[in-house]
Amino acid sequence: MSTFAPDAAPVAGARDTTPRPALLPEGWSPVPASLRAARGVARDGRRRFMTGAAGLSLAVVAAGWAAPQGALASGEGVAPRPSSMRMNAWVTLATDGTVTIMAPATEMGQGSLTSLPLILAEEMDADWSKVRIVQAPPIDALYGNPRMGGVMYTAGSLSVTGYFTPLRQFGAQVRWALIESAAARWGVPPAELSTQPGFVLHAATGRRLSYGEIAGFARVPGQAMVVPLEPLDRVRFRLIGRDVGRIDVPAKTDGRARYSIDVQLPGMVYGAILREPVEGASPARVDDTAARAIEGVIDVVRLRYGVGVVADSPWAAFKARDALRVEWGGKATGWGYSSAQGLARFEQIARDASRSGVAWEREGNVAVAMKRATSTFEREYRADYAYHAQMEPLNSVASVSAAGDLCEIWCGTQSQTFAVAAVADALGLPVSRVKLNDMLMGGGFGRRGNRDTEFIVDSALLSRAVRRPVKVTWTREDDVRNGRFRPLYVNRLQAGLDASGRITAWHHRVVCDRVLPFADPVRARASKGRDNIAMRGTEIPSYGIPDRLAEGLHPDTGIRTAPLRAIGVGQNCFANECFIDEIAVARGLDPLDYRVGLLAKEPRAQRVVREAAQRAGWSRRGALAKQGRGLGLAYIDYTGTHLAAVAEVSIDRASGEITVHRFTCAIDCGVAVQPDNVVAQTEGSIVYGLGLALTERITIADGRVEQANFYDYRVPRMKDMPDLDILLIPTPHHPTGAGQMATPLVAPAIANAVAALTGARLRQQPMLPERVRVALVGLPSVA
Amino acid sequence: MSQKITVALTVNGQSRTVSALPDTPLLWVLREDLKLTGTRFGCGVGQCGACTVHIDGEANYACLNPISAMQGRSVTTIEGLSPAGDHPLQRAWVAEQVPQCGYCQSGQIMRAATLLRDRRRPTREEIVNHMQPNICRCGTYARIVRAIERAAKEG
Repeated sequence: MSTFAPDAAPVAGARDTTPRPALLPEGWSPVPASLRAARGVARDGRRRFMTGAAGLSLAVVAAGWAAPQGALASGEGVAPRPSSMRMNAWVTLATDGTVTIMAPATEMGQGSLTSLPLILAEEMDADWSKVRIVQAPPIDALYGNPRMGGVMYTAGSLSVTGYFTPLRQFGAQVRWALIESAAARWGVPPAELSTQPGFVLHAATGRRLSYGEIAGFARVPGQAMVVPLEPLDRVRFRLIGRDVGRIDVPAKTDGRARYSIDVQLPGMVYGAILREPVEGASPARVDDTAARAIEGVIDVVRLRYGVGVVADSPWAAFKARDALRVEWGGKATGWGYSSAQGLARFEQIARDASRSGVAWEREGNVAVAMKRATSTFEREYRADYAYHAQMEPLNSVASVSAAGDLCEIWCGTQSQTFAVAAVADALGLPVSRVKLNDMLMGGGFGRRGNRDTEFIVDSALLSRAVRRPVKVTWTREDDVRNGRFRPLYVNRLQAGLDASGRITAWHHRVVCDRVLPFADPVRARASKGRDNIAMRGTEIPSYGIPDRLAEGLHPDTGIRTAPLRAIGVGQNCFANECFIDEIAVARGLDPLDYRVGLLAKEPRAQRVVREAAQRAGWSRRGALAKQGRGLGLAYIDYTGTHLAAVAEVSIDRASGEITVHRFTCAIDCGVAVQPDNVVAQTEGSIVYGLGLALTERITIADGRVEQANFYDYRVPRMKDMPDLDILLIPTPHHPTGAGQMATPLVAPAIANAVAALTGARLRQQPMLPERVRVALVGLPSVA
Repeated sequence: MSQKITVALTVNGQSRTVSALPDTPLLWVLREDLKLTGTRFGCGVGQCGACTVHIDGEANYACLNPISAMQGRSVTTIEGLSPAGDHPLQRAWVAEQVPQCGYCQSGQIMRAATLLRDRRRPTREEIVNHMQPNICRCGTYARIVRAIERAAKEG
């Protein structure tokens, strides 16, 4: 159990101590809390009780007060101390004033370990310097994300947006309970009371009680009423919107931060896995003679999907693993597959009009509209497989009891409940016999959210075999070769235009490996073939095109896939935004004016597009072109967050190398809970997009991954950095995501900039120098 | 290479004696034997810089240096960079809110520390060249540059 306390008080200016008046729940009557529930005084419709974030669910009310925390259940570290009061499933208040708040999302660098508890602290009017943050135990019913179907699953940049209103509500309820308790103590009506951070005040008499003092006598209502929240266009926040500093930052500068790879346990030994080279294969014959001869090797363990080695040091385990000789058998779909062959096959499927896919977005009747069109426009875009490359290679620690009936795990996971369930399933134990220690993640990017959490099961299986705590570490080569990739894509787009040149029909066919059925078979079964990970981003409600169809065809190549930062949006937005640009240029229109026109009904969208273009010097692009610099624009509505970006590039015609000099991005994600972190996430998602756009490529031969490490999978380094200019436009809308939203803009902005500069269209990610050289052949030199 | 040897070295100013297979990278000895886990494993082949430590005062890859070559050497890790985690770079890293996932940041700071020792006011270009070996997958590069410039200014 990791706990965190803010190291410093919020920055000056964040400490607005204006008293906040007691905000009475609508329909409130001054009946003691103990009677209220029994009498049901609240009007029907207000009589809803908050327990889990996923809902105003009634089913778990009884259990909600005391989360099931048996001897083994995770999170018992937060069980109330004698001197503390559990206010609800989220907040424990100690008599010394310490406010302990549960963080329901896992931390992989996106900052929600700070931002989610901060939302609750805001409405509770807590003193941020007294807040202690604890990672919530794996109980979906209490801590699941409503935007994730009630599951504790940190992905999709949906944490703040999903938990925002529930956490405001839980905070407001705690504040209300504190006001009510103080009112009862003083014998005054609650409406006369107000709060300042950490205190309840009675202005009329000048009395005040600290939250800690109230914790000593507070009566917590068994059922809390829904407190009305101030609307976002009126509310004056004290913490939200002011940068308080991420609570995990100080420990990340001096080596104290702990990831699962850092876990040390008494008697712990080390595991390494030789995994099937192709998903579904299994070891047919194993020769471990050489492996066992290495000093320190404890055991060699046959697994369904490979062979595990346990040793007294990681190095001995790696050496022994490399010394194994294994013949692979089993019928794996991926044997014989190559990515080159996949691309050819996908292209064929994309062009075969007799094969229809599963509709992701359907508006009007695209077939009819296309026939009616005066002219049509068609293009294809592609993407290679791409790898997450989170800096911490996958690993986990497990300790299975001598009797084999209990297991404790230490891991970094995007889903606490998936991790526990997968380990329980692998060991044949009920989930109540698996205890999770949720650690910081050295990056996630979608790699740690798969339902089977194979890298966590590894250590559980080896620990069961040797009955000692085992840390299994993947080498970087393991991490690449056993990678689960952003799929291979062929996107075929067709647009129908009327006589005036307006786009009236839009048909987007996506052919790519299946993702959801592999990453999460449970969700896939409920999705009716709609693969959201592959298809997101093909929906384009903002451009005002009346007849649209986006359909997906997802062959099972046997290749391991996963959500990867920006999921399908990364490639589908590349296709959309290059295609729009090509249409604009073909019609002789300015891509900026063209987009602004298409976005006529979306003022937030128009604003980000205009701001980004203006900051990037769009009006000076003629002069820039003379200096060999091209500007390219891209826009996206990513789950309600509006962003636009402009890339400024130059090109070395001899080598084909693209240099991005400047990247300008405007983002409107509604309320920015932690503005500086929104900017940081945008910076990071641009850098991530830069790698995907220019250099990152996984290839497959005979089912095996051909790359191994950072020398043949090139991610951005400091020299690749453009100047970043990010404009955050906070607006009083419900907050939407910020963790990956700029990633999809990078490739189309660059490709459009290259086209503006040279006339050459780059239609495949990554835009490798050899591809650029091919695209430039036969084109007149422009610059 | 498959039998252990004993090596005596200085780590963060303290004499330590360890026993390991001779080709064991210093990285694993620091992390698992000496429990100094602030030095991270990223690639194992000197490509990412997550394991950057100072060996006899110079930034070096803990993953590439076998323990057999460490006899009598002096190693400084992130835990030993400053007594209270308050090296100018560490303060600047907090002020600029550099880390995201944070995994690579020990290596980034250890790399930057030798630059600041040798150059009081490094130029932007010197910073970029010096930091080129270290990967940050979260993409905090712009903030790393700002933090180094801040540390140079504020000392």
